[in-house]
Formats: sequence, C-alpha cells, structure tokens
Amino acid sequence: MAAQIVDSTDDRISRISSSIRVIPDFPKPGIMFQDITTLLLDPMAFKDTIDLFVERYKDKNINVVAGIEARGFIFGPPIALAIGAKFVPMRKPKKLPGEVISEEYSLEYGTDTMEMHVGAVQAGERALVVDDLIATGGTLSAAIRLLGRVGVDVVECACVIELPELKGRSRLGDKPLFVLVS
Amino acid sequence: MSSCKEDDPRIDGIQSRIRVVPNFPKPGIMFQDITTVLLDPRAFKDTIDLFVERYKSKNITVVAGIEARGFIFGPPIALAIGAKFVPLRKPKKLPGKVIREEYDLEYGSDCLEMHVGAVESEERALVVDDLIATGGTLCAAMNLLERAGAEVVECACVIEIPDLKGRDRLNGKPLFVLVESQ
Repeated sequence: MAAQIVDSTDDRISRISSSIRVIPDFPKPGIMFQDITTLLLDPMAFKDTIDLFVERYKDKNINVVAGIEARGFIFGPPIALAIGAKFVPMRKPKKLPGEVISEEYSLEYGTDTMEMHVGAVQAGERALVVDDLIATGGTLSAAIRLLGRVGVDVVECACVIELPELKGRSRLGDKPLFVLVS
Repeated sequence: MSSCKEDDPRIDGIQSRIRVVPNFPKPGIMFQDITTVLLDPRAFKDTIDLFVERYKSKNITVVAGIEARGFIFGPPIALAIGAKFVPLRKPKKLPGKVIREEYDLEYGSDCLEMHVGAVESEERALVVDDLIATGGTLCAAMNLLERAGAEVVECACVIEIPDLKGRDRLNGKPLFVLVESQ
C-alpha cells in the first residue's frame, strides 16, 4: 500500500512537471522562464498541485497561508480553503488599502518593497508562505521577515518550482522549503 | 441582467466581513476591501461555495480571472468545477505570445492581456473579479475571450457598485454578484 501511495505521488509530480512551459529569454535575454499558466490549463495537474500541498499541511495546524503577489494568489487560496486557514495577500506597494507594514528587499539592481495589512495576522500564529517559484529567495525571505516582525511562526515555504542553481533555499534562514519540481 | 443572492443566509456573513476604507486609492473613493473576507475561513469558503453551486452544472470549461484579486477567487472556483483557469494580466506580465485589449480609464487607458492558445473556440467561459465598478475591465476581459472564440456565459463578482452602472457595459452579458454596495 505504501508503494502505491509513492507511485501515485510520482505520477502526479510527473504530470505537473510536464505541464510547465519554459519560455526562453523572458523577461530578458538569458532567462529561461518557468511558466505555470500551462499547468493551470490542465485541471487535473492543477488539482494535483493543490492536493500535494494540502496533504502535506492539513495536519500541521497552519492558521495562515500568506501568498505573494501575483502568482502566489493562484496557489495560496485553494490551499488555505482546503486546510481551513486564513489567506493573507503579500503585495507590492500601495495596493493594499488601510494600514500596512512594509519590508524592503534587494533586487539584482535596486530594491523593492512588500506590504502586509496590519492586523491580518497575530503573534503566535503558524504560517505557510506560498509562491509559484523560488529563484534567488529574495521575495520569500522578505515575506518571512514581515511575518516574523509581528510574531508569526513561519512553519515552511511552499513553491511549485525551485531553481536550485540560484541557491534561494539558503536565503530562507532556518525556514524549511518544500517544492514539487526542482 | 443583474442577479444577486439576497436571500441566502451566507450572504450576511460575507457582507459583514467586507471592510470599507475611505479615501483609497484617492479622496472620495470608498474602497471595498475583500481582504478581511479572506481572513475568515468560513466567509471565504461560503463565497466560493455560492459561486460553485451556481456554475457547477453549467458546463463551464474556462474560468478567467482578472489580475490580481480575480486570481484569489477564480482558481478555487475553477478547481471545484473542473475548469481550466486563465489569468488575464496587466501588460508584459505574461511570457510568450499574448493578445491584448485596451480599455478606457477615467484618465487615459490601460491594457489587459491573455495568452494565445489558452482558450479555444466554442469554450464556455466565466469571468471572475472581486468587484465590478464601471465595468471597463470586465468588458475588456470579455472581449479578449470572445476574440479567441469562447462564449462568455456570465461575469461573476463578489461585489457590485450599482451606482456606477457597470452592468450596462457588459454588452448584454449577465452579471452575478453576491453583495451590492453603495
């Protein structure tokens, strides 16, 4: 029975992996962009993606799923709904109305800012951070810092895809990372 | 034709979770903030359930969500009814080949893009966003889908601002909303 479960997971990962489209030279020359929109066009692959995350997190007492704008908004909410957690959008500047807290993070050239609503999360809550992909880890580590500043325990970061050569995992401090496709 | 679920007992709970933020993004605008709905797992689930109950037997093959808050509500609906999810995005976000539709703003214009090949001829589509105001964005979304040969069955939003008469901009397509706001 255990072997059957592992095979089933392998089959799902295989379907997910083959549904991702690689677009060369986007957004600039030399970058091989991992496009998950083709995964979303395959209802079975999209369902499998969410199921794999939900199976991992449903018994981990997660109170909060934080999703990073914009593709984290596609994967985060279905996970949150399935595990009974709240969903908190982590946004680019000036998108969230009302009081926010901000965290600056480095880009290749310059910096950007991520914002979260004041009062969205409470100290002591257990959080998952979700995005479609981890590259350098800059955005994810900004999300971890934002949540940490208000006393939230980030349990894990979850992405569909990892680009291991960019070593993003090492920028997450002591926070574990779970991915489906590497 | 606008229809709205006034009589379902779940509507009160959803409506009570919507937060109004005055003078955002500019003075005079009463911004309808749905992030507080997402912080209540019951209210968020009820929101999705109300849409899913309406659409699950309507042979919808595509749910198109408008960036960015349409990305929060569209995917859970798509997953539940077995449809594909298609993100409709601001310019230059989607990699690869796109079709674009320009639409008017109060001052100037903006563009919405959809991937070439995401939608096939004769597909039955739902367009989802958190809110309909003037209807400009939804109209652009419908045009994109129709240009690709799909039939837009309905537009679905959590909130409508009836005073802005957005439903009149939908070329006769029906609109379904959960909550009307002043």
